Amino acid sequence: MPALEREMSVVEIKRLTKTFTKGNVTALTGIDLQIEAGEFVSLIGPSGCGKSTLLRLIGDLTPPTEGTVEVNGKPAPKARADHDYGMVFQDSVLFDWRTVAKNVALPLEMLGWDRGKRKQRVDEMLGLVELQGFGDHHPWQLSGGMQMRVAIARALAFEPALLLMDEPFGALDEMTRERLNIELLEIWRRMQSTVVFVTHSISEAVFLSTRVIVMSPRPGRIAGSVVVDLPQPRTNDTREETRFFELVTEVRELLRGVGADEHGSVGAEAR
Amino acid sequence: MRIRAKVVEWVPAILVFCLGIVVWQLAIDIFNIQKFLLPKPWSIVSAFWTQRSTLWSAGWLTLKEALGGFAIGSGLGILFAAILARFRRVSAALMPIAIAANAVPIIAFSPIFNAWFDPLSLSPRMATAGVLCFFPAFVNTLRGLTSVRPSQIELMRSYAASELEIFRRVRVPTALPFVFSALKVATVLAMIGAIVADYFGTFGSLGITIKNSVSLFDFETAWAAILTASILGVAMYVAVSLVERFALQWDPTRQERGTA
Amino acid sequence: MLTLAVTVLALACLYELYHWIWATTGWTHPFPVNNTTLPHLWTIFKALGEPSRTQGPLLITVLLKAAWFTAKEALAGFAMGAIVGFALAVGLVHSRLAQRALLPYIVASQTIPILAVAPMVVVWLKAGWQSVAVIAAYLTFFPVTINTLRGLQAIEPRAHELMLSYAASKWQVLWRLRVPSSLPYLFTALKISATASVVGAIIGELPSSITGGLGGAILNFNQYYSLQPANLWATNVIAAGLGIAFFLVVVTAEKLVVRRAPEHVA
Repeated sequence: MPALEREMSVVEIKRLTKTFTKGNVTALTGIDLQIEAGEFVSLIGPSGCGKSTLLRLIGDLTPPTEGTVEVNGKPAPKARADHDYGMVFQDSVLFDWRTVAKNVALPLEMLGWDRGKRKQRVDEMLGLVELQGFGDHHPWQLSGGMQMRVAIARALAFEPALLLMDEPFGALDEMTRERLNIELLEIWRRMQSTVVFVTHSISEAVFLSTRVIVMSPRPGRIAGSVVVDLPQPRTNDTREETRFFELVTEVRELLRGVGADEHGSVGAEAR
Repeated sequence: MRIRAKVVEWVPAILVFCLGIVVWQLAIDIFNIQKFLLPKPWSIVSAFWTQRSTLWSAGWLTLKEALGGFAIGSGLGILFAAILARFRRVSAALMPIAIAANAVPIIAFSPIFNAWFDPLSLSPRMATAGVLCFFPAFVNTLRGLTSVRPSQIELMRSYAASELEIFRRVRVPTALPFVFSALKVATVLAMIGAIVADYFGTFGSLGITIKNSVSLFDFETAWAAILTASILGVAMYVAVSLVERFALQWDPTRQERGTA
Repeated sequence: MLTLAVTVLALACLYELYHWIWATTGWTHPFPVNNTTLPHLWTIFKALGEPSRTQGPLLITVLLKAAWFTAKEALAGFAMGAIVGFALAVGLVHSRLAQRALLPYIVASQTIPILAVAPMVVVWLKAGWQSVAVIAAYLTFFPVTINTLRGLQAIEPRAHELMLSYAASKWQVLWRLRVPSSLPYLFTALKISATASVVGAIIGELPSSITGGLGGAILNFNQYYSLQPANLWATNVIAAGLGIAFFLVVVTAEKLVVRRAPEHVA
């Protein structure tokens, strides 16, 4: 079948294996995964299941040992060079020496945007994450939740079609986290982007995603996936629906099957 | 309001200064301390005034030596570190040597510089000051350039940033606080280096002024020369601190790091 | 260890290579290279095994004696400086007022060039190793005071609250909390001070007409530099060894005393 006729996946991973030469640890093996445009996919699993590594492989921040990773139909390194994705890390990774506005502008500078265009986009983005008026602050003057919003604004600044998020809300308190969850969904809908989201929280995964991928450890593998058929847009009421609890239970049982309980809770990885 | 708070902050220090001067003056009168042991503060100040032209020209020479050495030594230290930071293995291998070199009493080399350069020129003295400044600048800059958080590098790589861009946008800003603490140490070292080097020379600079006036039992002049030297030292230190304050406005830990 | 040996060897080769290139091409920038300005490494080490003057003892014997003499001064100065520096920090930590009154002068004291004050100290205390030790102490105390003060203040607020919940006295908080948590800072300072005390001892000898130590040896060999440059270089090798030895002693002590990773404060 000619490639052109097929609907192009945003992420296409085939027979992927990742071995770390240091200690000869097999982090991931036999991974096949397709993510279509507009999906919100969560990766969840116990410590050592390689979910963060998988995200880094998609972003070409680490090379695969075997198999292929394609993003937007091109090899991952090409996609990275083309700025096809934005990444949000576990800690917000803001540069202390830059103001909030300049942190958001960083990827735009790298893309060679001129000053006026940069300023306009930065203002837009700060508005999107509701941080108008904080542009001249330094990151350390903001709360953890606000810092994370800056990091999200930075990742979205150049409108990447794909957003890779590595436990972005892991260090935040529950209330901030739930609020940011809703904000993130709104941004996702408005930008019509695709999100790959690593988390260790079952309820967060179910609440946010259209699909939850459950991974098993040693070596990391995809153990199963749960399609989340909760209606959009999701609100705080979604968390109280029976279907929500059913899905949470389903994911939890899948995780129990992969031995998540052997080594304490899934959340043991959190910090 | 803020200015007033600043003034209040300094009141104890000023009081101690006045008290110190009074005790000093009185102690000399009461215990009849010989002036070769400790001259009165007032006579030092008056020597400072009457000899001002000699002192300032000597001070100017010493300042040139110190400044030249400071610029060359810390400049080369930073440059070497910037080059070596690219070569992980080499810099890792050189680090212990540089730390050991930092533990070497380098001033012992200052007489050798008289054989290298024209002993009547400023060069041997600048060289002493320069070598003293080199190692702290080198070690601190290298440490700064290589102590970048891995996550920040990863962020830059997600933007497909080149090594040069990572250097410019991440490594250099991370290293700046380290560089400035080295530069502050270096100002003091440059002054020490220049004066020790004076000692081995025959030049009209402060070190020689002190040496000669001590041998002539002219202790007022000696102390006035010491006063000149420390005014110059404080001036250099303050100058670097001001640049630092301007350059590192963003740094939340600047206050704590102080004189590291 | 192997890397270290290889690196030292590589640097030695670089030195000789520099010597060879500059000497053969006759470049005079930044300075002309010949056997007087930069003696060969083997000449320097050979000089150690020869008498420093006719019929005299071997240079190495002379220098080791001088190093021992300087080491005693430096050690005494180091001990004095460390104790005074630590005591000052303990005194200052409990009073913001004392800090505001005294800290500016403690910082300013270091801008006074030590060599300049050295002749006065010698006049005050009479020429002798004690006056040199005082000069060494003057360079030693400063890093100890500043770093220890920072360490004593950098206690975790929670730990402090825990101590307060035991109704601990200031003295108990000091010895059971502040001092232990300041140890990494203290050792960072002691490493700087170890070197500084050797520098101070050598500088202190220069104006005090004390000839028994390394400073005296430097002055002496400086006079005959054009005839026997290797002697001065050899002296510097020994001085370097002394400085590094002092540094390594503190590093070893740190490894024995501080169990936590000390990098966090470096």
